[in-house]
Amino acid sequence: MSLYAIQTEIMAMEKKRRLYSMAGIVLIAAVLISGYGLANDLNSGGFLTGMQQFFDYPSEIVKEAWAAGFSFFLVMGRFVPALVETLNIAGAASIVGGTLAVVLAFLGSANLGVKPPVVVTIVRRIMDIMRAFPELIIALFLIFILGSSPVPAMIAVAIHTAGALGKLFSEVNENADADPVEGLASCGATWLQRMRYGVLPQVLPNYLSYFMLRFEINVRASAILGFVGAGGIGMELRRTIGWGKGAGDETAALFMLLILSIFVIDQLSSFIRRRLVTGRDPE
Amino acid sequence: MKIADLTKTFGKITAVDAVSFSIDQPQMIGVIGPSGAGKSTLLRMINRLTDATRGSIQINDREILQLSGREKRRWQRDCAMIFQQFNLVPRLNVVTNVLMGRLNGHSTLKSLFSIFGRHMVDEALAALDRLGIADQALQRAETLSGGQQQRVAIARALMQQPKMVLADEPIASLDPLSAEKVMTALREIRDRDNLTVLCNLHTLDTARTYCDRVIGMLQGSIVFDDVPSKLTPSVVRDIYGADQELNESVTSTSIPGPVFIPEPMRIRKPALA
Repeated sequence: MSLYAIQTEIMAMEKKRRLYSMAGIVLIAAVLISGYGLANDLNSGGFLTGMQQFFDYPSEIVKEAWAAGFSFFLVMGRFVPALVETLNIAGAASIVGGTLAVVLAFLGSANLGVKPPVVVTIVRRIMDIMRAFPELIIALFLIFILGSSPVPAMIAVAIHTAGALGKLFSEVNENADADPVEGLASCGATWLQRMRYGVLPQVLPNYLSYFMLRFEINVRASAILGFVGAGGIGMELRRTIGWGKGAGDETAALFMLLILSIFVIDQLSSFIRRRLVTGRDPE
Repeated sequence: MKIADLTKTFGKITAVDAVSFSIDQPQMIGVIGPSGAGKSTLLRMINRLTDATRGSIQINDREILQLSGREKRRWQRDCAMIFQQFNLVPRLNVVTNVLMGRLNGHSTLKSLFSIFGRHMVDEALAALDRLGIADQALQRAETLSGGQQQRVAIARALMQQPKMVLADEPIASLDPLSAEKVMTALREIRDRDNLTVLCNLHTLDTARTYCDRVIGMLQGSIVFDDVPSKLTPSVVRDIYGADQELNESVTSTSIPGPVFIPEPMRIRKPALA
């Protein structure tokens, strides 16, 4: 092929690429506009009028919290046990779901020599199903069977976590370098040994950041599940928000606790990750 | 060891074409030939990293190609392999990488929790000391230079207590001084441990200097199998399919001067146990 011909082909490809990008942007814009129109028609209040009242409730809460003065912190302290319960649900769900996710991820990675290969497809579909149901639906279903307690919430969040983290973990696995694994294979290591020493050390830092992010998400999810009777901070929030005026300081205190706990998790996450990536410990 | 009619095809391409040769006594064999001649595939088939299409590899009347499961892994431990890209686990420290040579024969449950006994750690350190890199034992493998990493890989091979050693282009990505250290270490495995070392090489002078026997491959077949002194310029042209004069000295990476610079053997107790 002459240089000129290659040049023409590159230009043609470039043109096609630009066309696709433009088409994509137009499509997204169309979806957004039509979606907004549809929502506006269906909603009773209308988006623009509702928007003007958007800050009314938050400002109400802040005003009441401000009025409470120092006793605001006492209110916060009073809700700490509820926060601990929510964190417990989130923590237990993250650990149970995360452990299951590691197993699913290794069996669901196409590059690790899982035999027979059909296992990879099956495990991936299982993870899809686990992710497909919102926590809220699983929790409602389990609360119906097991009754109102933190346990159904924990199981619901754990199932979703296993599916979501399993997918992310398996994508990390598929980016792992194959050379170390081959090196171990050449020494006569079993599949489990190759995974433990060839893959796990490579993927652990990324696993950890995904895990901590998931923990954070799970704290919020567990808080929401309190609304349907799973206990914890969500139950308190439902009560105070339901009361509306008068309980504004309590609502503000609950939000403050949630925000603070997310901050702490975020800091903790970056601290642990830093240790793991640069630390001297082998793993 | 007897290899007969060993063949590997990838789709329509025949990477290794009915290769036969035998090794009667421990010797250092260099396999040379242009890229794509099937040198790597040959070694990978011997280690059973790649399955052969047909043929046989026999050692003491045992058919290596028929092994599976536990027995296959045991064979892989017996024939240690060294790679061009070292294939260490970058985030594990050096001594753990060496201990990996013993994963075979270590119970899976024990190894999952990284439990290695003191005598194993001592042995790993002795292997590192022999290669002059015991000081780096606690560093992560990824922080070492290429030459050091390749010596860690050789220490891991020694840890396997192998019956033979395969080396796939062990010095192709190393600087000349590191290359010499690595080749000296491999030669020492031949001389001191009395093992066969089968080594793919790109540089002819390396093959001439270190090997007892040279096998030349072209397009999957063996076209030369003799002592290095028979490797005349015309033979070399045949192996590499070069039309004109092939000027070796242009691509040579050897360092002029005495070749066998003995590695200083440091005799001292292991730094840690």
